[in-house]
Amino acid sequence: MGGRDTEMVLLDENGIRCDGRKVDEPRRIMIKAGVLKNADGSAYIEFGDNKILAGVYGPRDVHPKHMSNADTGILRCRYHMEPFSVTERKNPAPSRREIEISKVIKEALAPAVMLERFPRTAVDVFIEILQADGGSRCAALDAASVALADAGIPMRDMVSACAAGKVADTIVLDVNNEEDQAGQADMPIGYMPNLNKITLLQLDGVMSLDEYKKCIETGIAGCKLVYEIQKKALMEKYFSNGDGDSE
Amino acid sequence: MTVFTAMDELKRNHIMELLEAGKRIDGRAFDEYRPISIETGVIPKANGSARVRLGDSEVVCGIKIQPDRPFPDVGDKGIFICTAELLPLSHPTVETGPPNESVIELARVVDRGIRESHMIDLTQLVIKKDVSVVGVFADNVVVDYDGNLFDACSYAATSAALSAQMPKWEFGESGPVLLEDTSQLPTTTIPVSVTMAKIGGHIVVDPNSDEWDCMDARITITTDSDQNICAIQKGGKNGFTLDELVACGETAVRLGADIRKTLESVSQ
Repeated sequence: MGGRDTEMVLLDENGIRCDGRKVDEPRRIMIKAGVLKNADGSAYIEFGDNKILAGVYGPRDVHPKHMSNADTGILRCRYHMEPFSVTERKNPAPSRREIEISKVIKEALAPAVMLERFPRTAVDVFIEILQADGGSRCAALDAASVALADAGIPMRDMVSACAAGKVADTIVLDVNNEEDQAGQADMPIGYMPNLNKITLLQLDGVMSLDEYKKCIETGIAGCKLVYEIQKKALMEKYFSNGDGDSE
Repeated sequence: MTVFTAMDELKRNHIMELLEAGKRIDGRAFDEYRPISIETGVIPKANGSARVRLGDSEVVCGIKIQPDRPFPDVGDKGIFICTAELLPLSHPTVETGPPNESVIELARVVDRGIRESHMIDLTQLVIKKDVSVVGVFADNVVVDYDGNLFDACSYAATSAALSAQMPKWEFGESGPVLLEDTSQLPTTTIPVSVTMAKIGGHIVVDPNSDEWDCMDARITITTDSDQNICAIQKGGKNGFTLDELVACGETAVRLGADIRKTLESVSQ
C-alpha cells in the first residue's frame, strides 16, 4: 500500500506478474459448501493462500433482545483472524481492522439477504481466517455468501467479491499479498452479479479518474468469475452425490 | 442513531418526496455542501489544531508531535496516526465506553484518506534511522453531530496538519534532544474527502443527519491535489451501479478542488 521500495519485479516486460499470473487472471479459487455439521450453513474457501471458514446461524432469536427489530431481521457478522493466520502471531482479540472489515462485509451482504421476511430474528455470519493472504476480505465475503445460501436463507442474489488494483502503473485483477505491500493501489469490490450492484467498495492508493473506472470494471469481471465458482460449489453440494471440490 | 421508528419512516418519505421534486430537506442543491468554517490554532498547547464546522457538525482536531520508536519494518519513515471519537456531549445517543463499529470505521476512514494521499512526507520525519522517528498524532473529537462526520473530521485533521508547527530533534547520546527551532510539517498534497449519500435513486453530497439516518448507501471518495483518487469507502446497506460510482468519482474530483481552496486558505 505504501509503494515501498522493493527489488521484486511486480510486472515483467511480457505482462507477467510476480506470481506468474497475467494481469486479468485471478489466483486459484476453491470453494466447498456445507463443511460444518452444526452451523445452518457453511462454506470453506481457498483463494490463493487464503484459507477461510464461514458459518451461518439463523434466522434465530436475538440475544441481547434489545437488538431485535420488529420490522426486519438483522444481520450480524464477525470477521476474525486466528493468531496463527499471519507471519507474526496476531493477538486473538478483535482488532480495529477486524471490526471495520466485519462491518463492511455485513453491509455488503445485507442487500442480498431478504431479512425483512424474518422480523425479530438475527442471522449470524461467522468468518474465521485460518490463513491470511492478500484479499482476505473478498475471499471471506465469497465464503460468507455461499454459507448464507447453504443455510437456505432467501437471497435476492449472491454477493461475489474480488479485488482489483494498480501495480507498476497497470490495472490488475486480484492483488496478492506482495502486490498489496509493494503495489500502488488495492480496491476490494463486492458485487451482486444479477442485480448488477456494487455492495462493497474500498480503495487504498492513488489512481486517476480513468484508472478508477477501469479498476472497478476489472474487479467486476473478477467477481463474475468468482460467481461461477460459488454456483458450482452449491450445485456440487445439492445436485451431485459425489464429494468433489469445486475448482 | 439507527433505531428505525415511525417518525423515521415519515421523515424518509418526506425526504424522498422532496428529492423526487429536485429538492433537499434543508434547501441545498444535490451537489452543494453546507457552509464549512475552519479556525486553526485553537489549542495552543497542541502543535497543530483546528475547529471545523460543517453545517451543524462540529469537530476539534489537535495534533501532537513527539519522538517515537519507528514501526519495525519501516525504520526509515516517521509515524502518522489519525483517530476520531464521538464525545458524549455531541448527541443524546452517544454513550461513554469503548467505540462502536461506526466510530471505529470513521476513525479508520479519516486516517486512510490522509495516509493514502501521502500528504505528510514521512521520510522527512526520521531522527535516527531504525531507532527514533517523529510521530504525528491527529486526534479528532466530535463535539456536535449533524451528519457527515467523515468529511468534518477529515477537514479538521487536514487543516490542523497544514497549520502545525513541528518541533525538531537531533539524536543525542541518550536519545532524541529537543532543538530550539520549529518548522511546518513536510506536506506534499492536500487530501479532500467528499461523502455522498444514495437515497432512493438520488445521490446527494454532504448528507446532514436527517439524510444520514435514512440513506440507502454512502460513499466517501478522497482526492489529492493532482485530482487523483486516493481512498474510497463505501458504506450502508445497499449498493451502487458502475455508472453511479463513475459519477460519484467525478463529483468528488470537482467538489474536492473547491474545498481544497478553502483548506489552503486557512493554512496561510
